[in-house]
Parts: sequence; C-alpha cells; structure tokens
Amino acid sequence: MEVNVVAKALDRYGVEQMALSMRRRILEMSLRCEGPTHLGGGLSLVEIMAVLYGSIMNIRPDEPRWENRDRFILSKGHGVLALYTALAEVGLISEEEFRTFKENDSNLISHPVMNLDLGIESSNGSLGQGLSMAVGLAWAARKKNMSHSIYVVMGDGECNEGSVWEAAMSAAQFKLGNLVAVVDNNNFQSDGASDEIISASDLSSKWKSFGWIVHDVDGHDVEKLTAVLGAVDSIDRPTCVVAHTTKGKGIDFMENNNEWHHNRLTQAMYEKALASLEGK
Amino acid sequence: MLTITPSTARQWSRIGSRGMYGQAILDLAEQKEDLVVLSADLANSSGLDRFRKAHPEKFLNVGIAEQNLIGVASGIAKEGFTVFASSFAPFISMRASEQVRMNLGYMNLNVKAVGIGSGLVMGFLGNSHFGIEDVAVMRAIPGMTVVCPADCGEIVKVVHAAAEFKGPMYIRLTGGPNCPVVYTEDYEFTIGKAIELRTGSNVAIIANGSMVAPSIAAAAKLEEQNISAGVFNFHTVKPLDLEKLNEIVSSYDVLFVVEEHSVIGGLGSAVSEYVSSLENPKRVVIHGHPDVFGHTGEYDFLLNRYGLTAEGIENKIVSIF
Repeated sequence: MEVNVVAKALDRYGVEQMALSMRRRILEMSLRCEGPTHLGGGLSLVEIMAVLYGSIMNIRPDEPRWENRDRFILSKGHGVLALYTALAEVGLISEEEFRTFKENDSNLISHPVMNLDLGIESSNGSLGQGLSMAVGLAWAARKKNMSHSIYVVMGDGECNEGSVWEAAMSAAQFKLGNLVAVVDNNNFQSDGASDEIISASDLSSKWKSFGWIVHDVDGHDVEKLTAVLGAVDSIDRPTCVVAHTTKGKGIDFMENNNEWHHNRLTQAMYEKALASLEGK
Repeated sequence: MLTITPSTARQWSRIGSRGMYGQAILDLAEQKEDLVVLSADLANSSGLDRFRKAHPEKFLNVGIAEQNLIGVASGIAKEGFTVFASSFAPFISMRASEQVRMNLGYMNLNVKAVGIGSGLVMGFLGNSHFGIEDVAVMRAIPGMTVVCPADCGEIVKVVHAAAEFKGPMYIRLTGGPNCPVVYTEDYEFTIGKAIELRTGSNVAIIANGSMVAPSIAAAAKLEEQNISAGVFNFHTVKPLDLEKLNEIVSSYDVLFVVEEHSVIGGLGSAVSEYVSSLENPKRVVIHGHPDVFGHTGEYDFLLNRYGLTAEGIENKIVSIF
C-alpha cells in the first residue's frame, strides 16, 4: 500500500507565504521576459494554485512521473504564471529552468506544453478542452482502482466554450467523484467585463444543475480554499469549486483593470507593482 | 482472431465497413485486456452493438458530443489504455478537429479516431454527413497517421495493427453494405507500406478505400485497350510510402490517383506534393470528388456521377492516353 505524501504539507501561513513568493516570481518573470504576459488571470489564480500545490495535491517532486500522483490540468492555459511559479515553489521546475520562461525554445512558454518531468500534465492554450481530458483521466483512474484525484482549473470566461458543458455533463453521468474542477471566477475575459460579454455571475447554479457538488468560496482566502479542496471525498459526484477572485489580485493598479489581461511590465511598473505587493 | 478466407470475405462484404469495424473491435476485445472503445451516441451506427453488450466495461458513450469524445478518449489513452473512438467522418474530423489537433497531434496521445461512413456512402443524408474533406484535415495535423482500408478484410487488419501501433491515428472507413471484395485470403499488412495489387507499365492507379476494387476492375478493362495499368493500394495516406512511390515513378508514365474524397487535400494531393518535388517527376492525375457541395442521392448514383466507378476510372484514363 502506497502512502500518499503531500509534497509540501503547508499550514495556512505557509501557503500564504508561498502565494506571496509566487506573486514576486510572477512579477520577476514578467519583467525578465520583456514582453506581454497574462498577468491579470495569472494573479487571480495564485491562492488556488498555492493551496493545491502547497497543501492538497499528492505529488513527489523528486519522482514527477509517480503513478499515484494527483493529476493537475490548467485548462485556462494562459494562467501559466501561476502554474510555473507553483511548480518552481515545490521544486518540480528548477530555478534554472524557471528562468528560461519565454526564451526561444524554452519548455516554459505562454501556455503549458505537456512535460511530465516538469509536472506539466497536458498542453493547453485552446480553451474549453482541459475538462474533457480530466474526465478521461478520472474515468481511467476509477477503471484502474487508483485513488488519486484529478484537479482542473478553468476560467469563468472559458465557461463560454460549449465543450466545457459537454464535459460537465459526462463527468456527472460517469459519477466521477475523483474529479475536482476549480473555476477562477474573476469576472473578466479578454474583451472586458464578463457581464458585458457573457455573464459569469451565476456559474454556481449552472454547475449545480449539471449534477456537480458546488462550493462557492473566496478564491483568495487560503483557509476557506483549503477547507473546501481538502474535504472533497464524494464517491459519485464531481466537485466544482467556484472561486470568486479578483483579476490582477495583489497589485493595486492591476486589480479589476483588464488592461492587464495581457500586457508588458516595464521596469518602472515592476517597481510600482512590487511596492504594492509588499504593502509599501 | 478473424481470418480472411473466400467465405469470410463474402460474409463481411455483406455487412459493410461499419458493421465490420464493430466485428473487428469485438475480435480485438478478446485479446486486448486494456481496450476502451468510445462512441458519441453512434454505437449502433458504428457496428458496436454486440461489442457493448459483450464488454460493457470496455465501452463508454459520451453522448452527442464529439469534442468531448476526443478529449475523454485522450485522457483515457494518457493513462495507458488502448483507445478507439468513432463517429461519422465529418463529426470526428471536423467538429472535433481542434481537439484532435491538441490531444492527438500536439500531445501525441495514443487514440485511434475512426471516421465511419466517410466519402459519399451516407447518400440521402446529404453533405452534412459526407466525408470528403476528412483526409485533408487529418493529414495536415503533425504526427497523425491516416489510414483508409480497402475492404472489410483490410478493416480487420487495420484495427488489429492500430491496436499495436503507438501513436495517434485516423482510420477512415468508406463504402457501405455489399462493398466489393479486394482480399479473399490472408496477406501481410503493415501501416505505411503500400501494396501492389497488379503490375503494369503505362499507368499506375494509386487508390485507397472504396476505390481500390473498381481500380482493379478498371485495370482489367484497360488491358483490353492496350493500356497496361498497375494498381496500388495506398491504404496509408500518411506517412506516405515513399519507397513504393519512387518505384512507381521510375516504372510508369502516369500516376492516376483515385479516391472517394475531395480532389483537394487527399491521397492525390499527398502523392502530388511528393512527386512534384522530384528531379524527374511524372504526371499525376487526381480523380476524386470535385470541390463542390452537390445535390445528393443514392450512393451508387453519386459514385456514377463523379466517375468513381470502374467505368469512370477506365474512361478517364483512356481520355488521358
């Protein structure tokens, strides 16, 4: 019998420190790459990723292909700033590798490229596809009598994609209690506020009506996220955590400012952003 | 395991390509413990009725949701299962084409995507159900292997070979019930290796799928008119058998490619792309479905209209010489 060990069984304080460190790294990598990055939707994800990688998921950074690892899929692939920084925090991505972000030929570009040795489970970037793969992974885990869980993070804008709902229906039909979807509900998408495009204000009831167990939670509250994500033990229903977040969270001039959906961080702005993050 | 004999070839021909796919899968299930077969609410149309009753634990129906079909199939394949997923050719190759591109192409996941009822066999169901662009779409995706078996016996061969083949594949099934027989005895089938069915010297008829049998018949008729035609079964469109193609180019005056697919992007295009790059190329004529959405009718009516018959192939070749 394998004993599952969480890579970093961090307490609340530890996860909060990890989140702070991830935000610092996000600013650094955005500055270093000298080009636009998806800052807004990366920053909104930080606590979700810190909780998953810091205290929830069973992974072995020194054995990235460990068969019983929990699987994670970043379906909103443009959220890589929060993925790569989490992977760097737990040691799946080395500091040397981490610094190659957006260099020519790097393994780390603006959307995830499947690389099991770096802990990147799938290639994404085309929205609305990750949940389907996660359904397949969860079905296969059940088929093999394996106890690991499948986590998938989507955007609220991503839920515009019809394929999300195809996958949602099938997950409920197949009774995939080992599947957890987190929706980063930051209320913005590429063209602006979701309410002015396709509203994401009522995602909970949609997921409920598709047969999922749904939790609404403050997506920046580490304690609440941990409580919800740590208590998923359904046998026969998938779980959706609708995480209410702020796009650009942590940097005052980026919060709810969709100009930072995909933008370049200059040195001056970096310094301003860092001061905001450190509360100065 | 199913074996091709004159008798089974006759029986299978009556069942047709879709029914035969289901039989081949049923046959495979006895040997492949890790087989998982998916459908998007077309299990019966894919000939999978017996299979899903015999092996419910190996069958998964995702409903009318082809995009999800490919994503779920890919997740299961990623965990090491041998996965086949089928739907009508346009739905699996085009409705789900970006899922195929991301999962089977980009991530190189080991899914066999099966396009049933491809070509014009859906007849009165119309262009919505035809597969005249599926090879073009699938062939353009890096990493995809594209195979189009010539008859029911070859479907058995392809399904078994595909199960052992590591990598994504599109299997294109053409022809309906009572489809013509090409093979009446067992033969060696290898993905990527074209098969010479008849030797000639003037024109090489290069065909796959439903067009192999009429090509053989056309070659016999051409002989009577002193046109010596070779016939080659290029069941694998990608990767193209370049070795065989080189032999053909050095031995024949004209390469005549015939396929139940648009003249754009199919086997004819694949052959042209290669042959035109040669220092001493040969003439390539593509005989397929024209670049139109035409009025529809019975399958045979459509094949006749577009000259996708032994007579149509013969006449077109005669007009060249």
